[in-house]
Amino acid sequence: MVGIRTRDLRKVYTSSPPFAAGGGFVVPTGRGKTDKQPKPEIVALDGLTLEISPAEVFGLLGPNGAGKSTTVGILTTRVRPTAGHAWIGPHDVWKEQVAVKRLIGVVAQRPNLDFSLTAREILLFHGWYFGLDSEQRARRADELLERFKLHDRADQMVRGFSGGMMQRLSIARAMMHDPQVLFLDEPSAGLDPQTRLLLWEIIRQYNQSGKTILLTTHNMEEADALCHRLVIIDHGRNIALGTPGELKSSVPGGFLLRLRFSQPSPDLLEQLRSLAGVREVRLNDQSGADLYADRGGSLIREIATLASAASVDLQDVHISEPSLENLFLHHTGRSLRE
Amino acid sequence: MNWKCFFAMLARDAHVARRNFFVLVLQTFLQPLMFVFIFGRVMVRSGYMPEAYKSLLLPGIMAISMVFTGVWAVAMPLIAEFQFTREIEDRLLAPMEISWVAVEKVLAGTLQALIAGLVVIPMAWLILRPGVVFSLHTPLTFACVTVLVALFAACGGLALGCSVNQAHIGLMFSMVLTPMIFFGCTYYPWSALNNFPILQKVVLINPLVYASEGLRASLVPQFPHLSLAAVLVGLTLFDALLLAMGLRQFRKKAVS
Repeated sequence: MVGIRTRDLRKVYTSSPPFAAGGGFVVPTGRGKTDKQPKPEIVALDGLTLEISPAEVFGLLGPNGAGKSTTVGILTTRVRPTAGHAWIGPHDVWKEQVAVKRLIGVVAQRPNLDFSLTAREILLFHGWYFGLDSEQRARRADELLERFKLHDRADQMVRGFSGGMMQRLSIARAMMHDPQVLFLDEPSAGLDPQTRLLLWEIIRQYNQSGKTILLTTHNMEEADALCHRLVIIDHGRNIALGTPGELKSSVPGGFLLRLRFSQPSPDLLEQLRSLAGVREVRLNDQSGADLYADRGGSLIREIATLASAASVDLQDVHISEPSLENLFLHHTGRSLRE
Repeated sequence: MNWKCFFAMLARDAHVARRNFFVLVLQTFLQPLMFVFIFGRVMVRSGYMPEAYKSLLLPGIMAISMVFTGVWAVAMPLIAEFQFTREIEDRLLAPMEISWVAVEKVLAGTLQALIAGLVVIPMAWLILRPGVVFSLHTPLTFACVTVLVALFAACGGLALGCSVNQAHIGLMFSMVLTPMIFFGCTYYPWSALNNFPILQKVVLINPLVYASEGLRASLVPQFPHLSLAAVLVGLTLFDALLLAMGLRQFRKKAVS
């Protein structure tokens, strides 16, 4: 069984980040120190240290551009770290690339199937690259095609496949050589709910056979359903780490009430803070407030009373229950989907 | 070095080439054979070109077919796979040093260029005969030159394929390949440029000159040609240079 470690991983792109690293970076561009015409610098990872145990399902959670795909890129030998180290099992990822590649299977964010081949051939050649003999290749390809419900399209060229089918085949391919560590970058993006459940089931089973799984997602439900532990990252930094349960219970109160008023009123905010069960009130924009509390709907009447006493209209209320989304919002002031 | 993996990739390329056989044949041979027909047969029969031009044309056509095939076989898949489809990632993640993925592409391209070169000879001979005079009296020299030309084509394909943006494929043909072919002593011997001394020197930076002159020297030595030593040195240097450039670009593209 094989674990994953990173120490102070840093990655600065001096040109636009490649497909492999996702994209949509939100970090403002810095400037080179001495160059007269500085290259734009994009800090994708800013000192990320992780320790992922063997046979763990570990989630990287964060908005687009947080550094998730760059982390996966570095751990899978496709991105050169600017500084820091990463290991898969005992092997330094950058220095022992071939040994690392034998241990890992990778599902990229965008399908990258070999369009010149049929579905079955994709699996067969992949197995061949990894040294399986022809009998093993054929048997394993059959099993995976069956398991991913691709059997009836096995001998067709993949060019005509739907997005969901391509995604399933990408995952099947990554499992073809039975890797000890499986990387899944946004595995269920674009999948219908039924296929998503099938995929979750397959991931759980794979993990039960002692394999380590690292997946990135910005889907709370997925992280909650699959991950033993997860780290929330933003701007390439570790914001919070723990089991989904631990992380959720670390949000003050658990409930989040997002309020919008007709006009700003500092006095009103003070009064809101004193309501029973309210843990924290944060100003949001000019006329809105985020209220963390240990109860939800029952607060609305009191808030409305306070607002009308202050001659302010309560225009919008949104209540969310304890969730990782709230956690992210609490730490970054931004929604995961922003 | 993981030869099993290397061989598997070669088998994959062979499989894809077999699947696209007819397209490849049309792509490789249609244009040079039309050229052979018009210049070697129509123009000669109608008296605009001397009979001897048939033989002079043969090595040039062979060089063009080989270079075109090698460049196409390596550059086009690389341009597409690196930029839009990312298909190459599967092979970059295979348990082998990534530079060997490029070397495998070069070997596959070299083999395709060799096949193209060897097939074009009898095909051109069929169209041009009678009156084509060529000999294979120095088979070893011919083999050496042909392999170096095929390698040059594939290495050129690697260097171009890892440097050219998908949006600039058209430019690659009009700015690189077309001038290379016209100034590559393919349709005329290098000595025909005696009256253009500056141009004659400048074209020596074009590796195709050594390819066509080398094939001319080994297939139709009755025509004036560059010395074999110059050809072998020139081709070897360009092969090494293009391979080094190509590998460097490949690594830059493969790892961000």
